[in-house]
Amino acid sequence: MVHIKRLQESGNDIIAIIGEIDASSSIELDLTIAKSVGEGFTKILVDCSALEYISSAGLGVFMSYIEEFQDKNVKMVLFGMKEKVANTFTILGLADLLHIRMSKDEAKKLVDELSV
Amino acid sequence: MGNKAIIRLTSLGAAIAWIVLFFSDLTILFSDTRGLTADIPLWVPRAMLDLFVIFLYYHYKYRIEKDENLNFTDLLWKVFATGLIATVISLSIRLVVFLLGNTKLPSHILFGDFIYLINLGLFLSFLVAAYTSWKRLIVYHKSKWLIRTWALFEFLLLFILVYDSFQIELNEGLFIALNIILGLLALVLSANMKWVAYLNFKQKWTSLLLLVLTLFYMGYFFYTVTRASDIISAESSSFLDFRSHIFNISLFAFVMLYSIFSFLVIMFNLPTSSVFEQKLEEVVNFQRISQSIQTEQSEESVYNILLESSVNSVFADAAWLEIKGSNQESRLFSYQISEKEAQEITNHIKTQNIKGVLDQGIDKTRNLSRYLATLKGGRFRSVLAFPILVKGESIGTLALLKELPEGFTKEMTRIISTFANQAGISIENFRLLEQAFQTERYKEELKIAKTVQKSLLPQKLEQDPQYDIAAFSRSADEVGGDYYDTLRINDHEIALIVADVSGKGTTAAFHMSQMKGIFHSLAQQQIDPKEFMIRANMALKYCLERGSFISASYFVVDTRAKKISYARAGHCPVLYYHAAEKTSEYLKDKGTALGMIKTKEYCNFIDLNELPYAPGDIMVLYTDGITEAKNNKGEEFDYSRLEQTLREVTDLSSREIQEHLITRLYEYSGTDEINDDYTTMIIKFH
Repeated sequence: MVHIKRLQESGNDIIAIIGEIDASSSIELDLTIAKSVGEGFTKILVDCSALEYISSAGLGVFMSYIEEFQDKNVKMVLFGMKEKVANTFTILGLADLLHIRMSKDEAKKLVDELSV
Repeated sequence: MGNKAIIRLTSLGAAIAWIVLFFSDLTILFSDTRGLTADIPLWVPRAMLDLFVIFLYYHYKYRIEKDENLNFTDLLWKVFATGLIATVISLSIRLVVFLLGNTKLPSHILFGDFIYLINLGLFLSFLVAAYTSWKRLIVYHKSKWLIRTWALFEFLLLFILVYDSFQIELNEGLFIALNIILGLLALVLSANMKWVAYLNFKQKWTSLLLLVLTLFYMGYFFYTVTRASDIISAESSSFLDFRSHIFNISLFAFVMLYSIFSFLVIMFNLPTSSVFEQKLEEVVNFQRISQSIQTEQSEESVYNILLESSVNSVFADAAWLEIKGSNQESRLFSYQISEKEAQEITNHIKTQNIKGVLDQGIDKTRNLSRYLATLKGGRFRSVLAFPILVKGESIGTLALLKELPEGFTKEMTRIISTFANQAGISIENFRLLEQAFQTERYKEELKIAKTVQKSLLPQKLEQDPQYDIAAFSRSADEVGGDYYDTLRINDHEIALIVADVSGKGTTAAFHMSQMKGIFHSLAQQQIDPKEFMIRANMALKYCLERGSFISASYFVVDTRAKKISYARAGHCPVLYYHAAEKTSEYLKDKGTALGMIKTKEYCNFIDLNELPYAPGDIMVLYTDGITEAKNNKGEEFDYSRLEQTLREVTDLSSREIQEHLITRLYEYSGTDEINDDYTTMIIKFH
C-alpha cells in the first residue's frame, strides 16, 4: 500500500511517497507525476523519506519520465531516500540517470540550479 | 382408464339412468291416473335421478375440472355452451308442441310429463356443468381451509341428494339447521372471486355477456320445469316433482347465487381493470429486465428494455436514458425525443442551477416538473429523473417526460424507481459476469505464459571440465520474469546470462522470450559483454513499452585464459568467492538496466569488467527474489545472509551449494509458499 501526498512550496511541486511501491501501487505514482506535469510544474521534488520499498515497476515509473522531462524541460530531484531504497536505485543503475539528494534543502538547491 | 373413456362411460351411465327414470316415471304416472297400482316401486325414479346426477357429476368432473387447458373465459364459455344447447333443444320441443296446436295430445298429462322430464334432464345437466365450472373458479386460489369447506359443502349436497330419494326421516329442527349450514357455506364459497382480478378488460366484457346468458338460461329452465310441475301436480302427485328434491333446489340456488355474485363483482371491477392490467404489465416488464441478464443479451438491451418498460408503465410521451461509459463518454438512448431536445432540457435544468439533478451524482429520484415551466418553446411540462445505480454509483440517468403538467403520480415514481433499481442490478450482474469471464481468460493466459516461461529456461546447462554448474528457478503463482541461460561460444568460451524482466504475467514472459532471442543471437558473435549489452539495449528499445526494462548480467568465461569478463546491466551484483583468500565480495560495478536509456548514450552507462578465476572460486548469480525474500517479521534475506550462506558451504559442489541455499531460504521465509521468483545459477571452478 502506498499513500502519495502533494504539496506546493515556492514553485516546487513536492510529491511525498509514504509506504511501499509495488507493481499495482506504481500506477498511482505514475498518475501523480503525470498530473503534476500536466499542471505545468517544472520543478518536481520527490520526498522518499517515508518510502519503505520500491519494486522494479516503481523504478520503471521514474525512468519512463526521463525523456518527457527532457522535452518539457522539467526537473525532478528525489531526496531523503533510505539506504535500502537507495541501493535499489543504485543496483539498477538509476542513480546516474536521476538526480538524487540526501536532504530536502539540497534537493531544492539542485532543482533551482538545474532550472536556470 | 383414460379420461376420454371415463367421460364416455359416465355419459352413457347418465343416459341410461335418465331413460330408466323417464320410463319408470311415465309408468307410475300412467298407473296413477288410471287408478292402478304401478308395478314399479315409487322410489325408482328418485333413485334414478340420483344416479343421473352422480353420473353427470363425474362426467363434468372429467370434462371440465380435469382439463388443464381451460382458462376463466373458457370455463364460462363451456357453461354458456351447455346452456345454449340445452335451451335450443328445449325451445325446439316447444316449437313442436306449438306446431301441434290445440290438439288433444299436448294437453295430455303423460305428454306433459314427457316434455317435463326432457326439460328436467337438460336443466340438471346444465346445472351440474355450471356447478363444476364454478367449483374450479372458486378453488382457483387453493387454501387448506377452502378445500375443506368445499369438501364439506359437497358432502352435504350428497347427503341431501340421498336423503331426498330415500325419504329418511329426520328431525325437523336438524333438517332446517342442515339447510342453513348449506346456505351459509354456499354464501361463504361464493365470496371466492379471486379469478376476476386476472381477467383483462375484454375478458371481463365477454364474461359479463356469458354470465347474463347463463342466468337467462337458468331462469328459462326454472320457469319451464316449475310450470310443467304445477300443471302435472294439479292432476297427480305421483310423479317426479323436482321441487320435492331439496338437492335440486339447493344446486339451483347455489349456481344462481354464484352467477349473480360473479356478474356483480365483474361489473364493479370493470372500471379498475385497466389498473390491474397495468400492474400485470409492470410485473411482466419487471421480469423482462430481470431475465435480460440470464440470456446472452448485452447491456445495451437492458437499457432498451428499461426505457421501453418505463415509458409503457407510466404512459410517458418521451424519455431518454443517458449512460456514462467507463471512458467518460455518454451514450443516449431516446424514445420519441431528439438528442437536441434532450440536450436543451438538460442544459436548461443545468442553467437553473439545480444541483445534482440530471448530472450523474444524483442519488435520489427527483420530480423536476416545476423547472420545466420556465423552458420556452419546449413541449414538455413534466419530467421525472432517476439515477441508475450500480454498486452504489450512478452510471446514468433515466428521464421521463410528459406534455401535461403534473403528469406523474407518486405511484408512477415508485414503479419507475423499482425498474431503475432492477436495471441497475441487472447491469451489475452483467458486469460481474463479464469480469468473471475476463478473470477466467486472464488465468488461462497466465497458464500459457507460465508454460512459455518454463520452456524458455534451458533444459541443460553448458558443461565444461573447468567448472561445475547448477541452476535453479522457481516462480510464484504469477508468472515471473526471471531468466538464465548458457551458451558455448567456441571451444574455450562460454556465455552465461541471468536476467530479470520487470513486471509479471504475460508481458514478462514475452519480454523474456525476446531476451532469450537476443542472447542466443548476440552471444554467438563473440562480442565482449559491454558490446553485448549495448546491442541488446538497442534491440530492446523498440520492444519494451514505457516503464519496462530488463536487468541482466552477462558473463563470458574464457577457460583458456582462465578469466571471466562480464557486464552488469542493473542486475543484482554477483556474489564472488575467492578460494585462495577465502573471501567473498559482491561485484558492484556500474551498469544501467536494459531499456532505460533509449539513446546511444547507453554506452556511457555500462562497464566492461574482467576477473581472473582460480580453482575453488565460486560465482553466485541470482535474482532479487532471493535477497528480498522476507521472514515472518518482514525482514529481508539480504546480501549479508546470502554471503554467509555461501561461506558455510564453500567446499561443496555447485549442486550442493545450491541445495543448501534453497533450504536456507525456505527456512528463513518459514513457508513453502513463495511470493516471488527465486532464481540462482552457481558456478564453481576447478
